[in-house]
Amino acid sequence: MRPAVLTGEYFMTGDVACAEGALAAGCRFFGGYPITPATEVAEHIAGRLPEVGGTFIQMEDEIAAMASIIGASCAGVKSMTSTSGPGFSLMMENIGLAICTETPCVVVNVQRAGPSTGLPTQGAQGDMMQARWGSHGHYDIIALAPSSPQEIFYQTIDAFNLSETYRLPVLIMTDEMIGHLSERVVIPDAKKIKTVSRPRPKGRKDRFKPFEPGPNGVAPMAHAGEGYHIHVTGLTHDERGYPVMTVEAQKAMMAQLMGKIQRNLDDIIRTEAYRLEDAEVVIVSYGVSARTSLAAVDEAREQGIKAGLLRLVTVWPFPEAQIRNLAKKVKGFVTVEINLGQIHLEVERCAAGKVPSFLVGHPGGTIITPERVVEALKEFF
Amino acid sequence: MKQIKKQVRHPLDDLLRIDRIPHIWCPGCGIGTAFSSCLIAMRESGIDLEKTVMVSGIGCSGRGAGYVNLDSYHTTHGRAIPFATGMKLANPELNVVVFSGDGDLFAIGGNHFIHAARRNVDLTVVCVNNFTYGMTGGQVAATTPLKAKTTTTPVGNPDTPFNLPLLAYASGATYVARWTILHTRDLTESIEEALLNRGFSFIEVLSPCPVNYGRRNKENGIDSLKIYQERTIIRNDAQPWELDIDFDRGIVLGKFIQTERPTCTDRYDNTCRPKELIEGEKGLE
Ligand SMILES: Cc1ncc(C[n+]2csc(CCOP(=O)(O)OP(=O)(O)O)c2C)c(N)n1
Ligand code: SF4
Ligand SMILES: [Mg+2]
Repeated sequence: MRPAVLTGEYFMTGDVACAEGALAAGCRFFGGYPITPATEVAEHIAGRLPEVGGTFIQMEDEIAAMASIIGASCAGVKSMTSTSGPGFSLMMENIGLAICTETPCVVVNVQRAGPSTGLPTQGAQGDMMQARWGSHGHYDIIALAPSSPQEIFYQTIDAFNLSETYRLPVLIMTDEMIGHLSERVVIPDAKKIKTVSRPRPKGRKDRFKPFEPGPNGVAPMAHAGEGYHIHVTGLTHDERGYPVMTVEAQKAMMAQLMGKIQRNLDDIIRTEAYRLEDAEVVIVSYGVSARTSLAAVDEAREQGIKAGLLRLVTVWPFPEAQIRNLAKKVKGFVTVEINLGQIHLEVERCAAGKVPSFLVGHPGGTIITPERVVEALKEFF
Repeated sequence: MKQIKKQVRHPLDDLLRIDRIPHIWCPGCGIGTAFSSCLIAMRESGIDLEKTVMVSGIGCSGRGAGYVNLDSYHTTHGRAIPFATGMKLANPELNVVVFSGDGDLFAIGGNHFIHAARRNVDLTVVCVNNFTYGMTGGQVAATTPLKAKTTTTPVGNPDTPFNLPLLAYASGATYVARWTILHTRDLTESIEEALLNRGFSFIEVLSPCPVNYGRRNKENGIDSLKIYQERTIIRNDAQPWELDIDFDRGIVLGKFIQTERPTCTDRYDNTCRPKELIEGEKGLE
């Protein structure tokens, strides 16, 4: 029997590293459904969960998988699912349920090229806007984008911690290239891994209001079977969790759901700068494309273009302030992503009126090469 | 003015969210009766109510979870069962009761129903079958009798309805019964048995929706009850394939199936968990 934290040095794929990261974060329930290129996350964790006291279940579809992890989380167990485009589409309604009921859970999307069944075995980054807006209604979400198997290990822990801190589903928007890439992954000592658990209620059970925010703006979460007699609904509700069908109640609930994210952007947003200090041209990228961009920055500098990289570690919420600040100093932006312009729209919006913003995109199926990025930089600037 | 006599407490007050009453159900609706039976059964069965959870989907019946003064979850349309499955597997100590409608459980949620029954997830599923989608105004459902009029079958339903007990039985349910809201004593007893049954238990409750179904089929609330009285036969030994809904021939009610089979959790523990882990846990007891 292996421990939950597999301390050691390995050569593993992004998908497997993601599963190990989940276990290290304390995930003890996984509801899944097979889909290329995410299947290996489920396959790996299916073998691992029972030996650490957790439960794996392959549900009948992704709708059920998503519903099951919300149920498990409400029962007090950290939970996760993984999928790719078609399954991600099916999960959307229940992602909204998790948003509305403030249920922590983690959803991994190992992206492949779409639309529809698309290129099942070939990667893309085409679901970035779906991650942001895919479920109906207005809401805020947190999405991370790892650039290596090592990073997906840590990001999965981070995703759980953010999800537990702010009580919402957190998305890991990886891609086939990272999911199937084998690299060195170091898993540290269990003691070195910081894990966070959802805020929990204290005080009298009969007075507890399940959606009344605590001091940090997030409501403590009672679990099923603890004697709090809570009601949880996807209908617009008040602090007691009771449905209230009024405009005022909708306003108040939305303020709570959005506010807990908007007030904590500094704590949530993670970016990484590479050679940005003196950069005149900023490449904005994430996931596998950030690796392309890293090489492109060095190559461009060799060729006399002062390029730098802003890597989005979290893509959502979007680092708006940071882009706006950069826009005051630089000549322009280039977004590198394997779609035909999604995060590019955000960069363009934040840079608007100040400096131009360009896209190096690709419809999907393969990575963007550093050479193409350098060529584009030369052409644009 | 005459003094109104002090209201006597309703015997189910402690199990109801009194602060949410009045409920949304129409006069003459059968859901409240099915719901009361469910609450009485929960209390009478002696199960630990602090560890009992009600999960509902969406619909008039799905509002059940909103009125029970226990942990209760009102989820998305059709997804009460997979939500409940996650909850039960994550914490097998919980008693998880799914209370929802026919549209919710057998149209949009039909796939989840057969899979949870196949796995024998230890859930108690109470389905209020009012032959229609009450909440959205009375459209045709997977349970609407042949030729019945609904808003989306204005000249009559061309399709055959599901035989729900047969579906439950064929999928692997270990407890299967059908009653109407007129047969409250049998219904309550059945729900009680189902709560105590380890495994996937299913109870279909025939229930009038006078507002959105009865009205279009020349059947008011009282007519429905008369039909439940006059055109039903109790046959506990009936075979599941003899349970088609046909009011002309008569509807068979009863407890049709009660068997034992390892639950989803039993099988998972025995098959997937390392032996050391299971033995280690036993040693602790
Ligand atoms: C995904 C989705 N589709 C459609 C609806 C609209 N809708 C709400 S309740 C309902 C039908 C409910 O029927 P049933 O489960 O039989 O409950 P009843 O109201 O009859 O008790 C529908 C279609 C919805 N809420 N969600
Ligand atoms: S619409 Fe029908 S099912 Fe819904 S509450 Fe009214 S009578 Fe009951
Ligand atoms: Mg119905």
